[in-house]
Amino acid sequence: MAYKRQIDRLPIPPADAKVQNVTCHYCIVGCGYKAYTWPRNKQGTLENNAFGINLGEQQPADGTWLAPSMYNMVRQNGQDVHLAVVPDHECVVNSGLASIRGARMAENRPSRVTGTQQQRLSDPLVWRNGVWQPTTWNDALDLVARVTAKIVNEYGEDELVVSMFDHGGSAGGYENTWATGKLYFDSMKVKNCRIHNRPAYNSEVHSSRDMGVGELNYSYSDYEVTDTIFMIGANSLETQTNLFLNHMVPGLRNGAKFIMVDPRRTVTVNAAEEVAGKDNVLHLAITPGTDMALFNALLTYIVDNGWTDNDFIAASTFQGGEAVAEGSSQPAGLGSLNYAMQTCRTSIEEAAGICGVDAADIVKAAEWIAKPHDDGARRKCVTAYEKGIIWGNDNYRTIGALVNISLATGNIGREGGGCCRLGGHQEGYYRPSDAHVGRPAEYVDQLLIKGGGKVYHVWACDHYKTTLNASQFKRVLKKRSDMVKEAMDAAAGGTREELVDAIVGAVNAGGIFVVDVDIIHSQIGQNAHVLLPACESNEMNLTSMNGERRMRLSERYMDPFGNSKPDCLIAAGVAQHMEAALRDLGNDAYADQFKGYDWETEEDAFMDGYNAGNPEVTYERLRAMGNNGVQEPVAGYENGQLVGTPRLYADGNFDRHGRDDKKALFCAAQWRGYAAAGKAREAENHNFFVNNVRANIFWQNQFLDQDSDFVQDRFPYPFIEMNAADMADLGISAGDLIEITNENGATQGMAYPTDTAKRGQVAMVFGSPAGSQGNVVNPGVSELILPEYKLTFGNVRKLADAPPQARAVSFKSKEYKA
Amino acid sequence: MSNKCNRLVDVGRRQFMRGGAFAVAGAAAATVTSAPAQASPANAQLDYPSNRLANIADLAVNEPMDIEYPDADSPGILLKLGEAVEGGAGPDGNIVAYSVLCPHKGWYLTYSAEDRSLNCPGHFSRFDAEVGGQQIWGHATQNLPQFTLRVDAKGDIYAEGCSDLIFGRPSNVL
Ligand code: SF4
Ligand code: FES
Repeated sequence: MAYKRQIDRLPIPPADAKVQNVTCHYCIVGCGYKAYTWPRNKQGTLENNAFGINLGEQQPADGTWLAPSMYNMVRQNGQDVHLAVVPDHECVVNSGLASIRGARMAENRPSRVTGTQQQRLSDPLVWRNGVWQPTTWNDALDLVARVTAKIVNEYGEDELVVSMFDHGGSAGGYENTWATGKLYFDSMKVKNCRIHNRPAYNSEVHSSRDMGVGELNYSYSDYEVTDTIFMIGANSLETQTNLFLNHMVPGLRNGAKFIMVDPRRTVTVNAAEEVAGKDNVLHLAITPGTDMALFNALLTYIVDNGWTDNDFIAASTFQGGEAVAEGSSQPAGLGSLNYAMQTCRTSIEEAAGICGVDAADIVKAAEWIAKPHDDGARRKCVTAYEKGIIWGNDNYRTIGALVNISLATGNIGREGGGCCRLGGHQEGYYRPSDAHVGRPAEYVDQLLIKGGGKVYHVWACDHYKTTLNASQFKRVLKKRSDMVKEAMDAAAGGTREELVDAIVGAVNAGGIFVVDVDIIHSQIGQNAHVLLPACESNEMNLTSMNGERRMRLSERYMDPFGNSKPDCLIAAGVAQHMEAALRDLGNDAYADQFKGYDWETEEDAFMDGYNAGNPEVTYERLRAMGNNGVQEPVAGYENGQLVGTPRLYADGNFDRHGRDDKKALFCAAQWRGYAAAGKAREAENHNFFVNNVRANIFWQNQFLDQDSDFVQDRFPYPFIEMNAADMADLGISAGDLIEITNENGATQGMAYPTDTAKRGQVAMVFGSPAGSQGNVVNPGVSELILPEYKLTFGNVRKLADAPPQARAVSFKSKEYKA
Repeated sequence: MSNKCNRLVDVGRRQFMRGGAFAVAGAAAATVTSAPAQASPANAQLDYPSNRLANIADLAVNEPMDIEYPDADSPGILLKLGEAVEGGAGPDGNIVAYSVLCPHKGWYLTYSAEDRSLNCPGHFSRFDAEVGGQQIWGHATQNLPQFTLRVDAKGDIYAEGCSDLIFGRPSNVL
């Protein structure tokens, strides 16, 4: 039976509770919340409280309510205080809405009083005598620095491999991306690095940028005034929840049409139908990986019908044929619309055949996107995409083909338009140049698998759960790490020098020394030698921007757990110890490169990085801008307010590619079938398309939710949505544990019968601690090393009858029933 | 009942705590003694009213009856299911009762007899009436508050408690 909290009362925040700004750090939307804290021995009353309402009365729908998940008791300046984190009605992003993730921010805080999140790391841990021993920062950083310094000094910086977040919210943010960036790209020039969710250090949307179009160019308000929302490979009700509810739903109520391109029917399609009516929603359930053919046919139809925005094209896009030729760092040619059309031209019938959808539906989509209104006025269309194509077939050309449509219809830089990725985490990237990394960037997973790298620094990444080809990656990294563990065990009792020598000996014999900076002891952390405990947003001040470039300061309302620290200060500690270690090695010139980290606080790191490039922006000014913040780029500071930019490219000048002419380019997107190595063969040889999907309940915080009774009760195992007829054929019942296998490995989950699932297609939740979908994703990548998690094929078999936990959960449809 | 609330809220907080509950209860007592004039023993759980909702004979399978519990401002449903369910009351173990204020933002849930779910027109959350009000999909951070039922020898059904905090109130009993 369902998990019951057995909570029937909560403390009341008193009128004089301290109130601070919080931007939810879980997803890209960045909803505004207020954090109330007050002393342990105080409380408000029904009539007199921080909410300023009579709590003795039943509150109406949409009224203020402190749910049990929004409450906790945490440490603040060394004292236990009550904490309530409640959605902010005044924030334009969410207007008082909370999601199933954000509403659990308080509950997902570590508390020694209530016992929540005791999995959080509180102290540095060093592998010692066969176990992880807690130790001091000095001791742990000294070991990290001595081994790292010795390796980079003697063997060069290419022997240091780094995995690091590049985003905002959670672990990232301007403070932390700056500090890690300064360490690895300024003090050093580390080139063998990768990002948390992909095996190289690269953009996920290279083509959009090369075309001149930064990928976050609109305002969320554009959804409210558009004629059509064109969504591809995204599931916003689940993954950008309050963007969908607070901006897309009003747009649909205002009469917008909704087009979804996704092989799978999702709750987003269902909800759009509820709001807009089925006649105004078009779901193109295409054959997986064929998006580009669809986009090319849409563009062709729009061009041939004269529905292009010719003034915009003339003024803002390149006119002279080919501008950039196809090459090794440029997977497709770029140039004028006419130039691109020579490659893109695709008939509706051709696309219908490739994509497996009705020709009439493709025509309808083209009309909804671009056919002018009856009075001749142009149609406005917001285009929004995410992992379905970012992690799908042929990333560069597919995204290029999509941006082509927005450019041809003049839908970028204008109200009611935009061509944007929807995003996962918030953004918060501020780092020194990464030009030395090169393009294509190093495929770091393969480098590690082939034995490359001697020292590995991992920042808030758990690739065991979230990389491709994960089975092999884990096997190899564990083996290489174990070599070092054994050497460390053998050196037990010796001096620091002897320990360092033992480690260096082991890495020279093929091992690898792993340092993991994280908030919990993650799966990859099991194969680390030093664990450095980091803290999260609100345990430190953190700045980030959301999917409409809205920058906020999310304030520190509690102390870091135990002796954990902000990542930026950990990076500073690593740098300072590197300086000392290099001096000891007699390399003063090298040591000098590690100066400039004398930061006391995260604000110091912010001033050293983001503020140096954006002198208008300070903590004080951001704090004053509250939960509505300011949309980047910040244009100035006037009348006590930071002045932002609601929409990029409003002047028709496109500059993301860095071209002096500021003209946008079209992409010559050549359809080539399944382009990455091994995908076509895998598709032929297996019975199921294995879709890789996210779920409302825990996307972006599953690592915390492995410690949440509420979440574990709902999904004790990762779900795998499956058609009932396929289940019957394979003798599988609801809740049975099933295995997905292919040449790359195997993974497991719980069968979730889904009446809308197509036969021969399963949808497995990504990033689960209890079953890594990446185990069955092949190592094939695009030219610029983008993984294709979405394009996976495998066979399915039953492992076991539904265990008791699985038998106890609901297997009903996720779709709303009026 | 409002004169009870200040004391009861304190108890609720303690009840919320898991793990270190005993140690914390001690700490709380210590704080209270700093103001001895106001200290008074508080019950360790809320006193819920025992309200007669209906008689079994009034219920038809899969036809929810509107109820109010613990007071008139808190709407719910009383429902007889076709089969016994875990946590079901009555001789056949098939009677359940839930709050119908969505624990997301408090919109009224509607019952779908088709798949015995409660659905929210606010933002599309869904709860399973057959699995203890488990959220099938949605935005709420708890499952549906379920009312504790007792059925007497005459078949009269009484509500006498609630599993979770009801939307829009700091205490289930106001
Ligand atoms: S939609 Fe995203 S940002 Fe908003 S509350 Fe939910 S998880 Fe947080
Ligand atoms: S109020 Fe029910 S889903 Fe939001």
